[in-house]
Amino acid sequence: MTDVGIMSNNPQLNKNGLLQHLLTTEGLPAPILLNILDTAESFVGVTERDVKKVPLLRGKSIFNLFFEPSTRTRTTFEIAAKRLSADVVNLNIAVSSQSKGETLLDTVDNLSAMHADMFVVRHSQSGAAHLIARHMRPEIHVINAGDGRHAHPTQALLDVFTIRRYKSDFRNLRVAIVGDILHSRVARSQIHALTTLGVPEVRVIAPKTLLPTKVERLGVHVYHEMTQGLKDVDVLMMLRLQNERMLSARLPSTEEYFKYYGLTQEKLALAKHDAIVLHPGPMNRGVEIDSAVADGKQSVILPQVTFGIAVRMAVMSILAGN
Amino acid sequence: MKTIIRNGRVIDQKNRIDGVMDVFIASGKIAALGTEPPHGFQADREIDATNLIICPGLVDLSARLREPGLEYKATLESEMGAAVAGGVTSLACAPDTDPVLDEPGLVEMLKHRARSLNQAHVYPIGALTRGLKGEWLTEMAELRDAGCVAFSQSDKPLPNTRVMMQAMQYASTFGFGVWLRPQDVYLADGGVAHDGEVATRLGLPAVPVCAETVALSNIILMAKETGAKVHLCRISSAEGVAMIRAARQQGLSITCDVAANHVHLSEMDIGFFDSNCHLVPPLRSLGDRDALRAGLLDDTIDAICSDHAPVDDDAKLLPFAEAEAGATGLELLLPLTLKWAAEMKIPLSAALSRITSGPARILGVEAGHLSPGADADLCIFDPAQYWRVDAAALKSQGKNTPFLGMELEGRVKYTLVSGLVVHEG
Repeated sequence: MTDVGIMSNNPQLNKNGLLQHLLTTEGLPAPILLNILDTAESFVGVTERDVKKVPLLRGKSIFNLFFEPSTRTRTTFEIAAKRLSADVVNLNIAVSSQSKGETLLDTVDNLSAMHADMFVVRHSQSGAAHLIARHMRPEIHVINAGDGRHAHPTQALLDVFTIRRYKSDFRNLRVAIVGDILHSRVARSQIHALTTLGVPEVRVIAPKTLLPTKVERLGVHVYHEMTQGLKDVDVLMMLRLQNERMLSARLPSTEEYFKYYGLTQEKLALAKHDAIVLHPGPMNRGVEIDSAVADGKQSVILPQVTFGIAVRMAVMSILAGN
Repeated sequence: MKTIIRNGRVIDQKNRIDGVMDVFIASGKIAALGTEPPHGFQADREIDATNLIICPGLVDLSARLREPGLEYKATLESEMGAAVAGGVTSLACAPDTDPVLDEPGLVEMLKHRARSLNQAHVYPIGALTRGLKGEWLTEMAELRDAGCVAFSQSDKPLPNTRVMMQAMQYASTFGFGVWLRPQDVYLADGGVAHDGEVATRLGLPAVPVCAETVALSNIILMAKETGAKVHLCRISSAEGVAMIRAARQQGLSITCDVAANHVHLSEMDIGFFDSNCHLVPPLRSLGDRDALRAGLLDDTIDAICSDHAPVDDDAKLLPFAEAEAGATGLELLLPLTLKWAAEMKIPLSAALSRITSGPARILGVEAGHLSPGADADLCIFDPAQYWRVDAAALKSQGKNTPFLGMELEGRVKYTLVSGLVVHEG
């Protein structure tokens, strides 16, 4: 049974090979990713109009199930759903039923009895979205809005969407992901999305305490120093550094981290002159990124947020149509 | 009560027996093996074992019966039923019950409860430290008098090396066995999967191999110093097997076992967060699994255990890391051992010794062989019968196993304990 591969029986696809849930970017064929990006492209126009609404999801109910606090991601999902004319219910479960001892699946069962069509789920545990998707009636769709350290596929999709907007062809790019790869669901999803879309060189740059074992098996090149890792890259994807990394003895101090791994203008100069800088937010200025870079002309951090809405609209409309 | 079991293939590695014959049982003991009944033998019952294998009842070194205290997960009655359904007639049960098996009264009560059920023999393993807290020694000699056959820390940490050393010294004073699962508490802290490619992909907190080997190194060094009779429970890594092999070559008399799941599975089987594969120790790489198989083959590993730990469904229907670790195992011990034998192309007698005479030697009890005069504890099974592992087929209250839904070969037809048929399948 050990030869049952990780890719077999993809729980994200229905029996016709169409996207049923969006749980991770891993294992999704490139045409599916490109279809999401192309669809998102058509929604960018909508978000720039006076009347920012299309009726694609009229009458559908979307439940934002956030078991972990989040303002930005939840808000962009909410806006995306509303622009598609869906009814949106926001639930912050961290402070309601979970504290009363109700299990994850009980909560989900109760909500699906209220005729939800789609769940957007964020949870602190890796695999939570898979668990919910497996448990669902087949007509209900699940979007993973971040599960533990595992995946955050819509973030990765909006990142590659942003890259495609500024760099025409994935197939001649050098991309560096910098920071806490070990704990980052964003990094994992970015790596799978980039490699699937044909980016020939994806680098990760971090001290060894912030890199997971055998990360090179995900198809990335490992660097421990910015001076080498940033050389000639086209895209820099910075990651947020959580303060608790200091407490768990993974790093000595934020100051030392900033000195060696924080993105400053000098380090950015090692990359190609037209390199772009991404960050999933929220930023720790002066920890992983210097304000001069975050607000500088190579930063595409604010466009990322705008595109995030279009990408989430695309994912929701594609799932609802399948 | 006299019973004759006719025409089965008797396999008893300890007595070098492998052949078709009859087994004659009288007064709960093996009276004779062969074709001729003992003089004046009149059978009250006859069992036809044509095309079946008759072997000593299985001996399992690691079963959690969840009694006392954790009856919502399983009861002694349900799990003893599972044991005999799996052909297990002797089992060692771990002290991590609630309350912990650290007082003679609790041990006596468990033995009494087990005896009254009249099924498999239960051999309690006493707590090595009071409350398994790793601070003070238990009254080991008293616990032995109450029925404990060895002492262990179960899966509870024992970070204080001085306490561990002294526990070994004290136990060795009386010649008691000390059973330890090597795991460094800090290195394993929070981890739920092997520190390898799969945990990296799935973003699961990881347990590095050195969590096992660092602790193993301490235990081996202290065993050498104290001369304690150490048994290592549920080894999981290639490096661990190599260290034990080297220690044995130096003449150290340590023994060890491996869990049946780990003989077959690896981190890959976690697939998309299958919480049935959330086990302790974690399923490691394919290379580790292959080293465990090789360790069994060259006798570095003495026994395969079921690592029976029934978990209720609700505790498994959670995200991987939050799901409770463990799997039901008593009814899978035989088929998983047969599967290993078939895949490694090793003789049945050698394979069966890993679940009969091998573990009996570690327990230090008279079991695991079919010598005339021995207790008639027998497992009679059909080696060619396929069965599907599902909730209905399992007697255990725990229905969770990585093998759920799969077909396994080898089904127990009869289990006899002290000459009485306690299970008919």
